[in-house]
Amino acid sequence: MHDANIQRLLAQRSFTELGARQRARALLDADSFRELIDPFARVMSPWLARQGIVPQADDGVVVGKGLLDGQPALIVAIEGTFQGGSLGEVGGAKIAGALELAAEDNRNGTPTRAVLLLETGGVRLQEANLGLAAIAEIQAAIVELRQYQPVIALIAGPVGCFGGMSIAAGLCSYLLVTREARLGLNGPQVIEQEAGVDEYDSRDRPFIWSLTGGEQRYASGLVDAYVADDVEPIRQQLIALFRQGKPALQRSRQHAWFLERLQGVDTSIQADAAAVRRAYQGEQP
Amino acid sequence: METLSFEFPAGQPAQGRALVGCVGSGDLEVLLEPGSVGSLTIQVVTSVNGSAARWQQVFERMFRAQSLPALNISIHDFGATPGVVRLRLEQGLEELSHA
Repeated sequence: MHDANIQRLLAQRSFTELGARQRARALLDADSFRELIDPFARVMSPWLARQGIVPQADDGVVVGKGLLDGQPALIVAIEGTFQGGSLGEVGGAKIAGALELAAEDNRNGTPTRAVLLLETGGVRLQEANLGLAAIAEIQAAIVELRQYQPVIALIAGPVGCFGGMSIAAGLCSYLLVTREARLGLNGPQVIEQEAGVDEYDSRDRPFIWSLTGGEQRYASGLVDAYVADDVEPIRQQLIALFRQGKPALQRSRQHAWFLERLQGVDTSIQADAAAVRRAYQGEQP
Repeated sequence: METLSFEFPAGQPAQGRALVGCVGSGDLEVLLEPGSVGSLTIQVVTSVNGSAARWQQVFERMFRAQSLPALNISIHDFGATPGVVRLRLEQGLEELSHA
């Protein structure tokens, strides 16, 4: 038993420990990754240096094309280590532009599908409206592309996915999470600031994960698959979902059902993990 | 934040290019590309002001022991210690030798 556990651990290859570029490369078919606007193109944020912040050559966003399961694929990976994975003008435009080109591919007969590896706090505050505009473009581009091919997002952690990008995640055809992932509109510190530390203590990690963590989001039916932090099973899960094709009804089209559920929540009682799961129970359309 | 420039003697241009690291806390990003014959140039953008002498010493100590190919090196630094700088540079040079 002991030996079996050791063997299993040795065979495992952590996905969350990989950087954005390594993640993108690892999920595509071997040697098929080709980066678009790579770091040597030096398309960097023009806004960070003016505010005394050191920029990164790829603006924290890796965009590449290649094959997945032998099919043409676009892969986008956000580097959570650089500025919390925040999206500014350049990184946002790279993602939106790539998604728009993938939709164009489909109209021209190339069935390009997309995988988004989201590790982001949302908009980059230093780039304010430009970041917000870019996120709106990403959302519109996801909705456009998902008509043709599944758009699958994976939130692996440790940053998670927040702000406008959590809406982008919700617009995807399928959403995958690990145990390390978190998904929420507002990050824990923002909620604490608004609600007070008594109601929401952002330093209480078990509490935060019990409400916004990957396992909870899966149990609440807000994501489609809960995957182990292991490269090959994640890749196989992506392939299985792409083979399944587009969902009969996109999750974001079920908004009426979700709104009805949320309206039934008694906000005078402090919510806990079990209550949230119960709130989302019932037949979905 | 400040931008610093350095130049050192070097040999023939490197073959290929490499990228290592990330602009995360205590880390840095290093981009290495072939340079002009005989010259190794380094541009450093760092979040730490007043650190020119420290960078100069890290580079001098490192390049004293080995002769390097001609390179243009770009560094984006987010407060890395000299030890981390040296590890990243060595990692970059090693990747170049595999390129």
